[in-house]
Amino acid sequence: MSKYFSPEKETASREQIVEWQNAGLVDCVKRVWDNVPYYRKKMEKKGVTPDDIKGIEDLHKLPFLTKDDLRDAYPYGLLARPLSDCVRIHSTSGTTGRRVVAFYTQNDIDLWDECCARALTAAGATEEDVVQVSYGYGLFTGGFGLNGGSHKVGCLTLPMSSGNTDRQIQFMTDLGATVLCCTPSYAAYLGESIHERGVRDKIRLKAGIFGAEAWTEEMRRDIEETLGIKAYDIYGLTEISGPGVAFECENQDGMHINEDYFIVEVIDPKTGEVLPDGEKGELVFTAFAKEAFPLLRYRTKDICILSREKCSCGRTFVKMTKPLGRSDDMLIVKGVNVFPSQIETVLLNHGYAANYQIIVDRHKNSDSLEVRVEMTPEMFSDELSKVSAKERELVAGLKSMLGIHADVKLVAPKSIVRSEGKAVRVIDKRNLYKG
Amino acid sequence: MTTKQISVFLENRPGTLAEFCKVLQKNNIDMRAMCVADAMDFGIARVIVDNVYDTVTVLKDEGYVCQITKVLTVEMEDRPGALSEILALLGEQNINLEYTYAFLTREKDKAYLVIKVADNAAAADILKKNGVKVICQDELEKIFGD
Repeated sequence: MSKYFSPEKETASREQIVEWQNAGLVDCVKRVWDNVPYYRKKMEKKGVTPDDIKGIEDLHKLPFLTKDDLRDAYPYGLLARPLSDCVRIHSTSGTTGRRVVAFYTQNDIDLWDECCARALTAAGATEEDVVQVSYGYGLFTGGFGLNGGSHKVGCLTLPMSSGNTDRQIQFMTDLGATVLCCTPSYAAYLGESIHERGVRDKIRLKAGIFGAEAWTEEMRRDIEETLGIKAYDIYGLTEISGPGVAFECENQDGMHINEDYFIVEVIDPKTGEVLPDGEKGELVFTAFAKEAFPLLRYRTKDICILSREKCSCGRTFVKMTKPLGRSDDMLIVKGVNVFPSQIETVLLNHGYAANYQIIVDRHKNSDSLEVRVEMTPEMFSDELSKVSAKERELVAGLKSMLGIHADVKLVAPKSIVRSEGKAVRVIDKRNLYKG
Repeated sequence: MTTKQISVFLENRPGTLAEFCKVLQKNNIDMRAMCVADAMDFGIARVIVDNVYDTVTVLKDEGYVCQITKVLTVEMEDRPGALSEILALLGEQNINLEYTYAFLTREKDKAYLVIKVADNAAAADILKKNGVKVICQDELEKIFGD
């Protein structure tokens, strides 16, 4: 069994990869110009036509696409194929209610499955393996993505979805799962639960693919030790397709980007200038191979470094570091995207001033989110139960906006640290981006 | 018929009550009674002071969130059983206590009970009908003034 899922792609020469990308880009630009007025308008505004794009050296001439564009164009504005050609959507949480929806044709699903199959194969999965997919299934891409990849490799797939730890462990032991796919924090939690139940010797796991949130090397070692596995990182965004845009090989030192489908650039987030390989900047993807929802120069807001150093695994695809930070203020907590503006909206909706601070922490590899809210005369009452009730209303409001639980802590007025007059809104104690 | 209590929001962390008392001290405010209620992550200090309005001004200037709450203060004899008799009167009439606390003054043989109920007038009526002395703000200040 090969250590690559598609050796002719994954170990192709640089010239070959560039050839694929040149042809793919030219074709993609023509397709969006002809079929997506939104793109056409953006290109016209920048004075670019498909004739100006002969290959990847012309990529910089194209306008960037941002999440705001995706929201503006919601739901059909960026669709490049008739809806009748589409077979599925996935969606990602937005800031204030407006979501981002991505469309897939059957070919787009196949492409995505292929990416996940490569990731699984790189983690050592073959058709002999039993893959437990404990990412959520639904609008979130984690579950369906790895599920499709696992089918493609020919593994026995356990579509567990997230939650229900007892059932997870029961299937893991009874059916002898060998590869686990979920968020790193859930992997750590499962590891602990397995030890608590004393069933560690019944576990047959050898590898895990963990993504959708940032995790440190320390956490990797922790999970590897607890579960007795090798833990692999995987990268992807719903907009670009889902998990599998990039994946780790056996060297576990950066993720190979599937360059036969995606062109990657790193830019200076302030100026938009393209940076040379090896420099830290914002990742920008062009998903030229997708049919329904192609993306040209999509800004991810993830800060990374690219490396084209030869990898001993034999893959020739460029490698990206784990995200080293964000160029916006988005937080990923328990695998869920959280924007401070969402929290502000909840406070304002409840009639409170937006004097708050978000504290994110991680204990025993599990994230916690605390929102400190400055007490106001409007919120105050002489009765404890009335204040507590208002606190609970906020907790419920946050849960409904963010989709995850946040603790609310009421603090004294003006107690939130202000630096140079500006309140510090986010304190992330997790040290996720140590580089 | 009612007396004025100041309720103050306090964060639940070491030193907040000390800081609060320091503010009173700095401004020469005499506290007559105090009770602190705590939830998981915050507390409410309820205080009876000699000068209500000055105190509220001081606290607001210092950035505290506080409010004046009207409560009932009743005089009782300083002997075993006095409290239970008063509480029984309210209980019999199905009046729920939100909270209560007691304090002593220099007045010999007397104790004072602060009561918070939903309907002050109704509770005061019952107490008065049964011969319990309900103190008004002027009387309270007089007691402290002695």
